[in-house]
Amino acid sequence: MRDKRMTADQVVSEIKDGMTVGIGGWGSRRKPMALVKALLKSPVTDLTIVTYGGPDAGLLCAAGKVRKLVYGFVSLDSIPYDPWFKRARETGAIEVLELDEGMFQTGLRAAGHRLPFLPIRAGLGSDVLKYAPELKTIRSPYDDGEELVAMPALKLDVALVHLNRADRHGNAQYLGPDPYFDDLFCLAADRRYVSCEQVVETFDGPPQTLLLNRMMVDGVVEAPGGAAFTSCVPDYGRDEALQREYAEAASDLEKWPDFYEGFLR
Amino acid sequence: MSDITRAEVCVAACADLFLGAGETLASPMGLIPSLGAKLARLTTEPDLLLSDGEAFLLTPESTVEGWLPYRKVFDVVAHGRRHVVMGANQVDRFGNQNISAIGDHARPTRQLLGSRGAPGNTVNHRTSYWVPRHSTRVLVEAVDVVSGVGYDRAAGPFHDVHRVVTNLAVLDFDTPDHSMRVVSVHPGVSVDEVQKQTSFPLVVQDVTETRLPTDEELELIRTRLDPGGKRDREVPS
Repeated sequence: MRDKRMTADQVVSEIKDGMTVGIGGWGSRRKPMALVKALLKSPVTDLTIVTYGGPDAGLLCAAGKVRKLVYGFVSLDSIPYDPWFKRARETGAIEVLELDEGMFQTGLRAAGHRLPFLPIRAGLGSDVLKYAPELKTIRSPYDDGEELVAMPALKLDVALVHLNRADRHGNAQYLGPDPYFDDLFCLAADRRYVSCEQVVETFDGPPQTLLLNRMMVDGVVEAPGGAAFTSCVPDYGRDEALQREYAEAASDLEKWPDFYEGFLR
Repeated sequence: MSDITRAEVCVAACADLFLGAGETLASPMGLIPSLGAKLARLTTEPDLLLSDGEAFLLTPESTVEGWLPYRKVFDVVAHGRRHVVMGANQVDRFGNQNISAIGDHARPTRQLLGSRGAPGNTVNHRTSYWVPRHSTRVLVEAVDVVSGVGYDRAAGPFHDVHRVVTNLAVLDFDTPDHSMRVVSVHPGVSVDEVQKQTSFPLVVQDVTETRLPTDEELELIRTRLDPGGKRDREVPS
């Protein structure tokens, strides 16, 4: 079996200007921050970022990497709003596709299943459809005739996710309470990279925790602490102090350069 | 029991949102709705399902009775056995709710969270709103962005916006055109005050006073659910 171990910089060298990049995790939870940091340091730009957004969204906006953001929300959880995302929106610096959280999942599923779209009720009657005229509805061909949203596939060029454990072949395991949508991100993407707390020879724990199998993964990066300052339970919780520091610096452009330099180091 | 606070009245009003819910997932956002859901489970609605806000369903004794990661929450949303109590940066007379952005969505004056699950929640199952500071800035004539869908929009067969509980009153949409109505005002609040803090004309008929929590409920709120009194910081008396 192939050994897929690589470095974060090698992962990022696969990402080209203008690509669509999906980022796993949820809010400020189990975000692939080591991979995001490598992306921040790279010259890549003009990206479409697809994320249940946390500080990944804010940081990539701060670095001017984002042309378009596809999200259901952006939040730091214990801090409701991400200041960089707010600034990017309020200055009109980025294009957006704002979705309902369930529409987002349905779009990933459609991409993973190689379907043009999947139907869902979410979005009907809301302004999600008004601000995204590319989203169409479809009428049920059966007797009910119900109108539904035809959620288009959210196809990704690259997926970046962080799990607790992986082997060198790309099988990967989550040990926390929630898989989030990391498997769906991988299925929706052409190239799939997982960072992990530890590369192991064999897995402990119930086999149901093996969220990714090696068909779904092209590269494995061992990155201990690679989700910090977001949470990666049970290995560690969120570093609330560092997150607060991030949010405070992000709110104050004079403080930002110092914080950012230290953060990337 | 005496010296009942406004916050405790709001907790009981939130508990009453779940009357008749049975084996339904209660998804309260924010402290007062969470206390209300827990109170309902301990009193009138012992079959209610409650999550820890992460991936587990918990009994009142905090024993794990189920696993409900986000992806399975979306299944419950679509299946429909859920009653969500969401916050609202803005809510209008037909129950449209905004948690997305203030101003023009293309370049908002104030970016908020984003639509989150509000569009899906409101077309799939019962939805209520909790407004801790009832004011003309929150209860607006028309929301800037429709996240949660109100009654004046085509919202499909499962749309059910139930009630709005605020720090001043309980409101619903049980009127011929589904415009917002005052159900009850909290003790010490007048209908005039509620109207003055609302940007659109409310339907006012047969308004009652919001009930006080019972002695049993007060005991549960004060000794078991919120012994630290966080509720009074969310709603000062």
